[in-house]
Amino acid sequence: MAVIEFKQVSYQVGDKKILNQLDLEVADNDYLTIVGLSGGGKSTILTLMAQMISATSGEIDFQGQNVMELDPVKYRREVSYCVQRPALFGETVEDNLKFPAEVRGVEYNRDRALELMARVQLPASMMDQKVIEVSGGERQRIALLRNLMYLPKVLLLDEITTGLDAENKAIVWNLIRAVHQEEQIAIVSVTHDQQEIENAEKVIAVVDGRISR
Amino acid sequence: MNLVVSNVSLTLVTGLVLVAVFISYREKLGLNKDIIIGVIRTVIQLTVVGYLLKYVFKINNWVVTLLMILIIIINAADNARKRGPGIENAFFISFIAILTSTVVVVGTLIATGSLKMIPAQIIPFSGMVASNTMVAIGLCYRNLNASFRDQRQQVIEKLALGAEIKLASRSIVAESVRAGMSPTIDSAKTVGLVSLPGMMSGLIIAGVDPVKAIKYQIMVMFMLLATTAIGSVIACYLAYRKFYNSKMQLK
Repeated sequence: MAVIEFKQVSYQVGDKKILNQLDLEVADNDYLTIVGLSGGGKSTILTLMAQMISATSGEIDFQGQNVMELDPVKYRREVSYCVQRPALFGETVEDNLKFPAEVRGVEYNRDRALELMARVQLPASMMDQKVIEVSGGERQRIALLRNLMYLPKVLLLDEITTGLDAENKAIVWNLIRAVHQEEQIAIVSVTHDQQEIENAEKVIAVVDGRISR
Repeated sequence: MNLVVSNVSLTLVTGLVLVAVFISYREKLGLNKDIIIGVIRTVIQLTVVGYLLKYVFKINNWVVTLLMILIIIINAADNARKRGPGIENAFFISFIAILTSTVVVVGTLIATGSLKMIPAQIIPFSGMVASNTMVAIGLCYRNLNASFRDQRQQVIEKLALGAEIKLASRSIVAESVRAGMSPTIDSAKTVGLVSLPGMMSGLIIAGVDPVKAIKYQIMVMFMLLATTAIGSVIACYLAYRKFYNSKMQLK
């Protein structure tokens, strides 16, 4: 069953058509990799899926329901979006891992945070580290953990390994593959990374706002 | 009262304007026109206000007094609006913020017996409250606009993690309220050391014992702290929502 479905979705800014009557389906347990040239509309697909913007025309469904009719806040907790070159919030690394609990108004689960930190090879001692002191690779990993503190149904990844070295990339992808397989989370990943594309399960190319077959 | 400026003295003091015009001319600042307009407006506006206040004080009618205060608040709100380009309903938000701070603060002063229920006291104090709230709100708007631009990415990330817009904007709102309040807090710290404030200077020039004049000034400083706090909080909490659409997306 499709968890996210685009039906004739267009998106334009002023006169500029960025997506043009796009049809797209993300199935329950899909790992979909979106490729294409810069400016072709890949990231727009993700921001639409994340409901950071709304389609100019057409319809986007989540589990068979039009997203325009859903509460955006609840929806975004199910369809979690990790941006390219994320910024960290607050003062310390832990502030970031607490944020998803704060969002939901529930008690912060420190054990869960520590478990996730270990999975991306970040030491527990890093919890108290100031966000301005963490490296690019660490920042990307911490940002991803924010999306995974509470498991979403769909995880949207926007070129999250851009600028990371091979070692950091491997750490990040291992976690993503693991949650995809173990937790049955659907993944939609926009990437330029050759290695990721080669290993992808299902690839679509977006060219000039359309899916090129 | 030992203070009278005769028309002759006032005319001679006009020479000071020529200093400003001369500097603008010499330094090619291109401000001559603005200075002249400023001077003419000062004379006309204050003359009208002077006679108007004299009349309002004389008839001592509460409807006219309230109307006068309302006009002050509307003007202040309109001015504050200009500091928040792009913020929808900025006039209405400013009006609510200034009205509330004026009613609360001037009301408290009346209730505590610090001010008498007479136009000669209520109108000038309302003006002071309104103008300080106006400046504070202007700073809030400027900070909101700048922060929502500079921290756009962070706000998007917070929304993406499922935050309500209130939580996603919390740090920006706090920072903006601080921006609105900090000049008043700074001036509360330096008052008397750096400058003798207008209220106190005015009373001293008019012959009031400085020890009595400071009591008024202390009251004014407390009043302004409350004023900017109330105005900034209301304006920021009403305005931050305008940066989002109904789907909780950043505009």
